[in-house]
Amino acid sequence: MPLVNGGKIVDDSFTKLAVDTPLPEGGDILVPAERFLADAEALLKRGGRIGVIWPNNRDIAELVPYLGKIAVVALVFPSFRDGRAYSQARLLRERYNYRGELRATGQVLRDQFVFMLRAGFDSFEVKKQADAEAFMQTAKRYSVFYQPTGDGRITALHRRMQLRHSEGVGT
Amino acid sequence: MYAYDEIDRTLVNERVSEFRDQVQRRLSGELTEDEFKMLRLQNGVYLQLHAYMFRVAIPYGTLASNQLRQLAHVARKYDRGYGHFTTRQNIQFNWIKLSDLPDALADLAEVGIHAMQTSGNNMRNVTSDQWAGVAPGEIEDPRIWSELIRQHTTLHPEFSFLPRKFKIAITASDHDRAAIKVHDIGLKLIKNEKGETGFEVLVGGGLGRTPFIGKTIKHFVHGRDLLSYIEAILRVYNQYGRRDNIYKARIKILVHELGIEKFSREVEEEWQQIRNSSLQIDDEVIEDIRSRFIYPAYEKLPHMPDELRQAAADSEFEAWRKNSVAPHKVAGYSIVTISLKPIGAPPGDATAEQMDALADLADKYSFGEIRVGHEQNLALPHVAKHDLPALWKALDQLGLATPNVNLITDIIACPGLDYCSLANARSIPIAQELTRRFANHELANLIGRLHINISGCINACGHHHVGHIGILGVEKNGEEVYQITIGGRADESAALGNLIGPGVKFDEVADVVEDIVEAYLALRERPEELFVDTVKRLGVEPFKERVYATR
Repeated sequence: MPLVNGGKIVDDSFTKLAVDTPLPEGGDILVPAERFLADAEALLKRGGRIGVIWPNNRDIAELVPYLGKIAVVALVFPSFRDGRAYSQARLLRERYNYRGELRATGQVLRDQFVFMLRAGFDSFEVKKQADAEAFMQTAKRYSVFYQPTGDGRITALHRRMQLRHSEGVGT
Repeated sequence: MYAYDEIDRTLVNERVSEFRDQVQRRLSGELTEDEFKMLRLQNGVYLQLHAYMFRVAIPYGTLASNQLRQLAHVARKYDRGYGHFTTRQNIQFNWIKLSDLPDALADLAEVGIHAMQTSGNNMRNVTSDQWAGVAPGEIEDPRIWSELIRQHTTLHPEFSFLPRKFKIAITASDHDRAAIKVHDIGLKLIKNEKGETGFEVLVGGGLGRTPFIGKTIKHFVHGRDLLSYIEAILRVYNQYGRRDNIYKARIKILVHELGIEKFSREVEEEWQQIRNSSLQIDDEVIEDIRSRFIYPAYEKLPHMPDELRQAAADSEFEAWRKNSVAPHKVAGYSIVTISLKPIGAPPGDATAEQMDALADLADKYSFGEIRVGHEQNLALPHVAKHDLPALWKALDQLGLATPNVNLITDIIACPGLDYCSLANARSIPIAQELTRRFANHELANLIGRLHINISGCINACGHHHVGHIGILGVEKNGEEVYQITIGGRADESAALGNLIGPGVKFDEVADVVEDIVEAYLALRERPEELFVDTVKRLGVEPFKERVYATR
């Protein structure tokens, strides 16, 4: 699956490990949550960056003690209909101040990019090549946002306030 | 009326352009039906029995005359010349082509109408009292808060893929016309002892396969905290709501399984984390929304104008006036309910011609405003009393003056097997037969307020659980069978009806309803005792006996 990061299709430097795949000597690895939690100290001491694949039905708060040392949190969309990872993403970004790479994995389609970006994802394992190629164009589909999220975009309510105040200056 | 500004219009247009692209990708095969399904549902497009069905939002039931005209235009240009007003403050078009949908949406966008989130597992069209802003005695216009919620829940980045659909209703009156107790979240506007505006919040109500009356989760949430409190409920639901079984995925099941105490603790914990965030609403924001609701310049008018006094001699006019005209908060004005339940017709349908003509009447007599209620009727919210006789004549010519609002022929019915791919039984022909049985106005009037609700399947779009008489069509051994409940209601005393006994066949439904009504007329203590109150006093038994003694 193509990986989009920073708006561009990039090579993924991370190797995904299953629960029982032998640990490679070096290089960046992505490991499942249960493997990470079982052996966190040892994994963090190893050379190479580490990322965690976090299932969407596990409390994200469990990951909080390690967030400063993790390069990637990969959240999972087992189906594009299952929106639990959106809540996890916002909690990571807005409540736990996670600043590393936040990756959307699974059934990631272009029609979800805007929602995902707004929830705090900045990296996308996209299911279809054409969707990955359309990333920038799709991500710019909307210019108006009604809700405040941690992505820093100004909401419609506040834009109206600004317009109202700026109009008021000269009068 | 709420006036969209450039910001709202931009969003609606961006949505139309996105959907145009999605339809194109579906037509070219780039999107599979499975992938497209969720996207079209989020734009109000269902695949029904015969064609695509297109559901358009009418937020909190308020329409401007130019918007109603545009709905008529869509009915005429892309459909078969009529539309169907539903229990969700929506209008549905039943015969629309997929390839026409982007154009239909673009036409609607011109007048600030959209179909965003009228379906799908997201937050649906926010509904409210159809008399909002004009009902005497309401705390304040609930549409200001409805609009705040509408904006906040539109394309919400966290809650557009919930376990199931999610419905919010708001009322600001003691008499609940918004059925808040049978919604996922019900909000009742109240003032606290300091005179501050806030909400009693109910959660976990709903109909369908497993009906529940909503429970109060919080007695007072301050207006400034409304969005954060709703967001806390939704976040708990998004994370813990069931996704393994579609029939158990609604929030009512989560609330039921956890219990309201545990559920409210979860919400409270989440809320404490976010209530002081950017979700807090300051007065300025509310005032901005309030300023974009435009209210008519009412005149000082007599309470009993000569026109009304003279027209009182006409018994037909009087029958209509008594039935369809309600008090307005401003002296000299009335709220006029327009029955979309003529005898023998499908409940809630209106032709393009009727919609156009109603738009004209709204311009002439109601400051260009129309309301849509969950009872599948329309209303003109600001009619000067001296205009009532002329309005009645005009409505009568359009076939829109049936004096049956709240009477036994004012039936709520889903489209049923005639249109819907989910239905197991017909609803519309049952409604049509019942309206013919009780066509006599004197008899209907004698019976008094009595709500019949009909659903053609367990999903309960006709809200049969809360009908004074509820009729649910099911399929049994290849035959349509109808289960009858009595004693349900959707108002401030909301209750679920009780089954009177075994289901009856299609041909017997009207007879059974007649039996129930006859039993009521014999059993009521006095003419003012409503059917539903007689049922409450006596229980199901005497009605059951009357119905099954001879069957």
